[in-house]
Amino acid sequence: MDLIQASFKQVSDAVKSKKISATEVTQFFLNRAEKLNPKLNAYIAMNESALNDAKAVDEKIAKNENVGPLAGVSFGIKDLLCTKNLRTTAASKILSNFIPPYDASVVARLKSSGAIVLGKLNLDEFAMGSSNETSFFGKCYNPWNTAYVPGGSSGGSASAQAARIAMGTIGTDTGGSIRQPASFCGVVGIKPTYGRVSRYGIIAYASSLDQAGPIVSSVEDAALTLEVICGHDDKDSTTSTKKVPEFSKNLNTNVKGMKIGLVKQYQNNDLLHPDITKTYHAAIEELKKAGAEFVEVSIPLTEFAVPMYYLIAASEASSNLARYDGVKYGYRSEFKDLSSLSLDDFYAQTRGEGFGKEVKRRIMLGTYCLSSGYYDAYYNKACQVRRLLREQYLDVFKNCDALLSPVTTSPAFKVGERSADPLKMYLNDIFTTSTNLAGLPGMSVPFGFSAEGMPIGVQLTGAHFEEQKILNLAYTLESMSSAKGRTPNVF
Amino acid sequence: MSSKNLYRGYEAVIGIEVHVQLKTKSKIFSSDATNFDAADNENTTPVSVGMPGTLPVLNKTAVQYAIKAGLALGCTIRNRSVFARKNYFYPDLPKGYQISQYDKPICENGEVTITVDKIPKKISITRAHMEEDAGKSTHFGDYTLVNYNRAGIPLLEIVSGPDMSSPQEAAEYGRTIRQIVRYLDVCDGNLEEGSLRCDCNVSVRKAGETKLGTKVELKNLNSFRFVEKAVEYEIDRQIDEIEGGKKIIQETRLYDPDKNRTFSMRTKEDAQDYRYFPDPDLLPIILNESDIEQIRKNLPELPQKKAARFQSELGLSEYDAEMLTAEKDLADYFEIVSAKSSNPKLSANWIMSDLIRELNNSKTEITKSPVSPEGLAELIKLIDGGSISGKIAKTVFADMWITRKSAADIIKEKGLSQVSDTTVIEKMVDDILAANPSQVAEYRSGKTKVFGFFVGAAMKASKGQANPDVVNQILKNKLDQK
Repeated sequence: MDLIQASFKQVSDAVKSKKISATEVTQFFLNRAEKLNPKLNAYIAMNESALNDAKAVDEKIAKNENVGPLAGVSFGIKDLLCTKNLRTTAASKILSNFIPPYDASVVARLKSSGAIVLGKLNLDEFAMGSSNETSFFGKCYNPWNTAYVPGGSSGGSASAQAARIAMGTIGTDTGGSIRQPASFCGVVGIKPTYGRVSRYGIIAYASSLDQAGPIVSSVEDAALTLEVICGHDDKDSTTSTKKVPEFSKNLNTNVKGMKIGLVKQYQNNDLLHPDITKTYHAAIEELKKAGAEFVEVSIPLTEFAVPMYYLIAASEASSNLARYDGVKYGYRSEFKDLSSLSLDDFYAQTRGEGFGKEVKRRIMLGTYCLSSGYYDAYYNKACQVRRLLREQYLDVFKNCDALLSPVTTSPAFKVGERSADPLKMYLNDIFTTSTNLAGLPGMSVPFGFSAEGMPIGVQLTGAHFEEQKILNLAYTLESMSSAKGRTPNVF
Repeated sequence: MSSKNLYRGYEAVIGIEVHVQLKTKSKIFSSDATNFDAADNENTTPVSVGMPGTLPVLNKTAVQYAIKAGLALGCTIRNRSVFARKNYFYPDLPKGYQISQYDKPICENGEVTITVDKIPKKISITRAHMEEDAGKSTHFGDYTLVNYNRAGIPLLEIVSGPDMSSPQEAAEYGRTIRQIVRYLDVCDGNLEEGSLRCDCNVSVRKAGETKLGTKVELKNLNSFRFVEKAVEYEIDRQIDEIEGGKKIIQETRLYDPDKNRTFSMRTKEDAQDYRYFPDPDLLPIILNESDIEQIRKNLPELPQKKAARFQSELGLSEYDAEMLTAEKDLADYFEIVSAKSSNPKLSANWIMSDLIRELNNSKTEITKSPVSPEGLAELIKLIDGGSISGKIAKTVFADMWITRKSAADIIKEKGLSQVSDTTVIEKMVDDILAANPSQVAEYRSGKTKVFGFFVGAAMKASKGQANPDVVNQILKNKLDQK
C-alpha cells in the first residue's frame, strides 16, 4: 500500500480489514519522521507510546470492536493542543516542562476515532507568528525548499504534512495560521466556523478567534477529519449545538450555478505577487468552466482587518497568557536569595525569561489596548468595527455561496527575510484575518506554483456553518489542479 | 428616618461590599467540589487551577442562587448579564484574572431595611454581581503556600449604597444580609470560615457638608462585632487625622481585632488597572421574564415579613417575633409547634427559654434537636389540657431531651399525670384539714394568710401532681363553708 498517496479512508479500511496493521502504518511514519525531521524541525516531540497506542487499535480490531473512521491514521498535533501525559509547550520556554494531565477535546475525539498521535508539531511561540520562526525549539523549514519558511503559526503541521512525515496533522487558526502555512507548503487546510470545534485543551492565544482544523493532503481527508473533530462539547460553552454534516459523504464536484464572490477590496492590491495573481485567476477560470458564477462583492471594512485583528488578538492574549507566572506549573526562574525577592520581581524575571520577543511584544500591545483610558479607543473600537465587519459579510452571503481570494500576498518567503520587520510580517495576514474576525469557515487548497517552485494555494471563505460548500468548491479545484498529488522532492 | 449620628461634629458615610459564597455543590466554572473540610488542594481540577487550554463552563445553580438573592434584595435582574475578566497578578489567582461581572451585573438597584434602636432605615443595594473566589495564600517567612480549594467557589458580591452612618448600622446591615441569604439557603453565612465577608468603605465629613470625604476600605472583618468596632475605630481615626490638619489617604486598611485598630495595607497609588473586558470564553447569561418569575414565585417568606405575620396573626410580641425569626430553621420549628399545639404564645415561651437553653448548652443545631417540634407541641397540649402542670412539664421536657421519648410516654411511665379528679383532691383536703385543726381555726378567725400553708401541704401530699387550680378551689370552698 502506498501510504504516501493513500487517503485516510483507504488506510483506515485497510487497517480494519487487517490488510495492514495500525502498528505498521505508525512505524512507517515514525521511520520517515526520524529520517526527515532533523532537516525540517517540524516535530518538537515524538509520542513515545505511539506504537503501543497503535497496538491497542490493532487489538481492538482483532476482537472485532468498533474502532472508528480514522483507525490507524497517524496524526501529528500542533503543540498548542494538550495531549495527556505528553509534553505540551506552545513552543515556548515558559511551558517547556509542562505535561498536561488531560487531552484537548480535539485530541480526545481523534483518539476515540482510532487515530494515533505520532508527536507534537512545531509552531510560532503561542501561535504568534506567520513564519514559524519564533519557536523556542528552533525554526521549522519548508520541505519544498528548506531555505523558505513553512508559514505560521502552524508551520510544523504544514511542513510535516507536505513532507508526509505524518498522515494527517491538526493546526489552529487565529488569523490565518492554518490557511497560510497550508498555502506555503502545498497542502489543504481548513479553519471551521468559530464554534464548530471545541477549544478545550487548546492553549489559548485569542479566545474569540482561535479554531482548530486539519492540515492534510486532500480535501477528502480534510472533510473526514472535520467530521470527527467538529461538534458541541460540554467543556466549551462557545461550541455550537448545530448538527455536524457528513462532510466526506456529501463531497461532490457539482458546483454548477454556485455563486462565488470576488472581494472588490482584494483586487489589484499593490502587495500582490504576480505568481499569486496568476494562480488566483487560473482558479477563477477553472471554476467558471465547472459552471460556477462569479460576482463582485464589496466588504469595505476588510481594509481594517489587520489592525482590528492585532488589537483584539493582542488584548485577549495579554489576559490569556497571564496564567504563565511560574507559580503552578511551567518554567520558573532560579532564585538564589528568596528573602530579598519581591513578588513583582518573581513574576518579571520568570516571565521575562520564559516568553520570547514576539510574545512579549503582543502582551505589551494587548495590555496597553485594555488599559484604562485606552480601552475605548483601541479594544472597544476594534470590537465595534468587528461587529460591523461581520454584518457586511452576512450581507454579502445573502447573495453568494462562497468567496474566492488569494490566501497571502506572496508565496513562501525566505527564512529570516521578514523577521526584522514585524509590520511587514503582519501584512501577510491581510486576506486571512477577516475570516476569523467574522467567525467564518475558510480554507486553503493548493492550486499552483511560483516561478521558484514554491506552492501557492487559493482561499475559499464560506458563510457560517457552510463548510460543505467550500469543501465542495475546493474538491472541484483540487480535481482540476495541476498541483494535485505533487509532493516535494524531499531529500 | 433616623436622626443623623454625629461624632465630634462629623458624620460618617459607610458603604459595604458583602461577598457571599453561594453554597453550590460544585464550583462556578468547574466540576470541583466546594466542601470546606477538604484536604489542601483536594478540590482542584485542571480548570480551577487554570491549566493551559482549560475553559470555564457556568454552573446554572449558581446563577439561580444569585437571582434568588437578587430578588430577595429587591433588585432588578438583568435579562442579559456578562462575565468579564478582572486582570491582576497574584499567586492565589490561578489564571492571572478573576472571572467577574463588570458593567453588566446580574442584579441591580435593590434595597433592604435595617433596624437599629427600633428605627427602620432603608439601605440601597447598588448591584450584586457573580464572580469566582480566589485561592488562599498562607505566608511562612520566605515562602508562601497556596491552597486552590477555594479558587472558583461562586461568590455574589453585594454592593450597598453609601447609606449607613454609624458602626451599629454597618453591623446591622451585615447581619441583615446574612439573615436573608441564610433564609434563602444560598449561603451558610459562616464568617469565620469566610463564606460571608464584609468590606466596609468609610469616610467622614463635617456635619452639613454635602461633598463626600475620601474613603478608606476596611478588610478582614470576620465578625459583625469586628465590623462595628473597626468602623468605630476608623471614624475616630479619620476625624483625628482631619482635626490634626492631615488629609485622608484613599487606601485599604486591615482590621486587627487583637489591637482593635486598623492599619494600612495598600494605598491608592498601588491601585491596579484591572483592564476589565468581556470574557470571550463565556456566553452572556440570557434570562427571560418567565425564568425570573419562576424563581420569584418560589422565594421563601423573608424574615421581616415573617416577623410581622407572627405579630399580626399569632399575637406574638415584637421582641418574640424578632427572636423567633432570627434564623429560618428556628422560625420553621416555631411554626410547627405553634400550629400543632394551637398555642403560639406558650410555644414561643417554651422555645425561647427551655429549648434554646438546651440547644445552646449542648451546641446542637435546632434541626438536630432531640425534641422534635411535634414532640414539643404535644407537651404544650398536655399542659394546656391540664394533664400536667407547667412545673411538671419542665421535668418531662428534661427527660424528653435525654431519652427522646414522647411526653405522653414519660408521664405515663413515671406516673406524673396531674390529678384533677375532684373526689381524690377533696379526700386529700379533708385529711389535711382534719390533721391541722389549729391552722383551720386561724384561717377562720380571719388570718387568711395561712391559706398558702394548706396549698403547700396539698401539693406535697400529691407529690406535686395535684392540679393547683383545683386544689385552690376545693380548699377555698371547704375553709369558707363553716
